[in-house]
Amino acid sequence: MTYDIYREIILDHYKNPRNFGELENPDIKAKDSNPLCGDVIEIQMKVDAKGIVKDVRFNGQGCAISRASASMLTELVQGKTLDEVRAIGKKDVLDNLGNPDLGPARIKCALLALKVLKVGVYSYIGQAMEKDADLS
Amino acid sequence: MNVEEIRRQFPILRRTVHGKPLIYLDSGATSQKPQAVIDAICRYYSEYNANVHRGVYQISEEATAEYEGARKKTASFINAKEPAEIVFTRGTTEAINLVAYSWGRKNIAQGDKIILTVMEHHSNIIPWQLLAKEKKAELEYVDIDEEGKLKTDELDELIERGAKLLALTHVSNVLGTVNPVKEIVRKAHSNGITVLLDGAQSVPHMLVDIQDIGCDFLTASGHKMLAPTGSGFLYARKELLEEMPPFLGGGDMIREVHLRDAKWNDVPWKFEAGTMHIEGAIGLGVAVDFLQNLGMSNVRAHEEKITGYALEKLSEVKGVRIYGPPDVDSRGGVVAFTMDSAHPHDIASILDGEGIAIRAGHHCAMPLMERLNVPATARASFYLYNKEEEVDLLAGGLEKVRQVFA
Repeated sequence: MTYDIYREIILDHYKNPRNFGELENPDIKAKDSNPLCGDVIEIQMKVDAKGIVKDVRFNGQGCAISRASASMLTELVQGKTLDEVRAIGKKDVLDNLGNPDLGPARIKCALLALKVLKVGVYSYIGQAMEKDADLS
Repeated sequence: MNVEEIRRQFPILRRTVHGKPLIYLDSGATSQKPQAVIDAICRYYSEYNANVHRGVYQISEEATAEYEGARKKTASFINAKEPAEIVFTRGTTEAINLVAYSWGRKNIAQGDKIILTVMEHHSNIIPWQLLAKEKKAELEYVDIDEEGKLKTDELDELIERGAKLLALTHVSNVLGTVNPVKEIVRKAHSNGITVLLDGAQSVPHMLVDIQDIGCDFLTASGHKMLAPTGSGFLYARKELLEEMPPFLGGGDMIREVHLRDAKWNDVPWKFEAGTMHIEGAIGLGVAVDFLQNLGMSNVRAHEEKITGYALEKLSEVKGVRIYGPPDVDSRGGVVAFTMDSAHPHDIASILDGEGIAIRAGHHCAMPLMERLNVPATARASFYLYNKEEEVDLLAGGLEKVRQVFA
């Protein structure tokens, strides 16, 4: 049954998303959309000098799966080092959601937030490296 | 029209999905195919598979006769003056691109205006954006009112101000709005504006008489009207086709080829380069027969009835908001809606669990979604094989959605 995917935990994160909103002067900011459905997720993070995620927010529009997935992801990255954040993979996200039986179309909803997170973290690391190497 | 009798001719309607009978409410995306069309494709490959217009042998002649026969049927289906006014394409998208590339590049110049509407499908926006960028032409858009109908005063004003082309949809694939195209074409022509009509959502569902409407171009997709994917056509007045340069170059579209020069074939073959989708065209011919046997006014009457029923049933579900005109005589068999508690994607997933196939997303009409101020909508669309019991099950499915997201 496909609506087994709408288990309690997913609906809870959908209706009461954690860390929803925006940060002032975030160090990391990334946004992407799912062209199939028009879902948009933006993730913002504050990172301290040691590379630890101090604060995180997400915003945007989306279905229950993409929003719950983003909400859970923000809980997961809070307090982690950027190296640890980089190590988060597809499996972690799906485990978090309780491994619902998502078809190939809906799995994109589940992974949108992770994609945004990765783009944000990698461009932040890239900028930091450029600064260190004084390439400008 | 006997719907049960019609349903028996669509083998896919016998299958189940997640253990429940398939309820197919996405004919706006693509229609299901009757056995007659499926058999015609099989027959082509098992009895007379050969290239058309080339062989002098028996089976090539048979294939050519069927392929050209399909063109005749298609021409008569929309009341074109002659079969030469029908160019087979992969569908509406290719047909519009053909016009933009060939007619557009020849006739649109810097500063020229092209009028479009906010309810267009991407396939009737992007080709014009590409052309406008290349030629430095200008795109102008007609807005819709609160009921989802074109603001005709705005359209009249743009027509008065002058333009080279007006490209608009006959029936909106989201709102279902049936545009008053005959009147619009008359006004556009009296101001010297060429008109392209996107018939993707009208030709399969209602009587479209090209001589009565009077537009210059009409585009349609075979796969939305019981025919195979990859089939479709462009109608254009013969004088226009004759003046237009070729779209794709290659075999079959030429009369003579020399090393540095060539002469084009007659229309419509000038626009049919390479080996065409032969079984697609043949299937389209059979689909046209199927529709004509039923009678397009009967098809339309059936859809008006079921759409009216759906508007009534869906508006009874709490939290449902329906888009488009409330009166069935000015809307096609398309009902787009949103629910206050659930995202369209979640609605579609839960309905899928009930065996119900609907579309969720932006329906290739992102400017319209922006205009309606929604990221996406759910959409149920009907065809000649849908019945009222299926609408009841849809409404029941939406109640389930409400429970899950309560």
